[in-house]
Amino acid sequence: MKARIEIRFRPGVLDPEAVAIAKALAHLGFEGVRGVTRAKVIELELAAGDAATARREAERMCEALLANPVIESWQIEILEQA
Amino acid sequence: MRAAVVTFPGSNCDRDLAVAMERVFGRPVVRLWHGERELPAGLDLVGLPGGFTYGDYLRPGAIAARSPIMAEVVRFAARGGLVLGICNGFQILTEAGLLPGALIRNRTLTFVCRSVRLRVETDDSPFTRGYRPGQEIVLPVAHHDGNYVADEDTLARLEGEGRIAFRYRDNPNGSRRDIAGILNESRNVLGMMPHPERACDPLTGGTDGVPLFRALLEPLSRGPA
Repeated sequence: MKARIEIRFRPGVLDPEAVAIAKALAHLGFEGVRGVTRAKVIELELAAGDAATARREAERMCEALLANPVIESWQIEILEQA
Repeated sequence: MRAAVVTFPGSNCDRDLAVAMERVFGRPVVRLWHGERELPAGLDLVGLPGGFTYGDYLRPGAIAARSPIMAEVVRFAARGGLVLGICNGFQILTEAGLLPGALIRNRTLTFVCRSVRLRVETDDSPFTRGYRPGQEIVLPVAHHDGNYVADEDTLARLEGEGRIAFRYRDNPNGSRRDIAGILNESRNVLGMMPHPERACDPLTGGTDGVPLFRALLEPLSRGPA
């Protein structure tokens, strides 16, 4: 099982790196950018035998370490391997 | 005053902090490794130093906050023990849940390394009673992730309970409400981005950090006598 976890700042946390990206795009002449959000992706290879277990484990890992709930939210996608 | 300084992989201000404490306290400081599972008996103060623990991987302080010794530091703080986290130590304290909010990348995206003017906001804590409220002091900062963020309720609460210990006069990192250091609810845990341990010797550019350490020597007399 593979878990794909996307972690991003919660709404309301101003991300200075996203602001810098937006400014750089504007410098390059891309005028249509209304906003930039940045996220990070962590992929886990899990030994879990089924998707529900894999999701539960990934959820616990997000709470324990992978994300900081004070400033970040996360989304877990479980990819069943072929 | 029996003090200890914790060294994590990637700490780099641990010796400076121990030297500053030893000079003011007049006795040796216990050096602890992050893998320890217990604190020595009779400890009054634990210092979490600056540095770049685990290369700041994942988030600054995130991995150090989950190291074995931190479970003990959390218990120590709950018993009323004094905990001082400086710079990366402050980041570790927020990641460990001992202080609210979080520290993210500086608004300028640049590493700031210079002396800054701070306003002491409260003398009501074991760490800050050597200063006068409103007093201006100068301490060095050296960080990339010192931009303090918290939701509005938390900020209002910190403000209302007088738990903002220090504020920047010229905010170098974008911190909400110019916050440079905060106290926990019981006021026995202080986290701050500026480095008082680097301002304890005129030879290295100032002594405004000394009153913080000296204040810790005074007997605690809080609440009605």
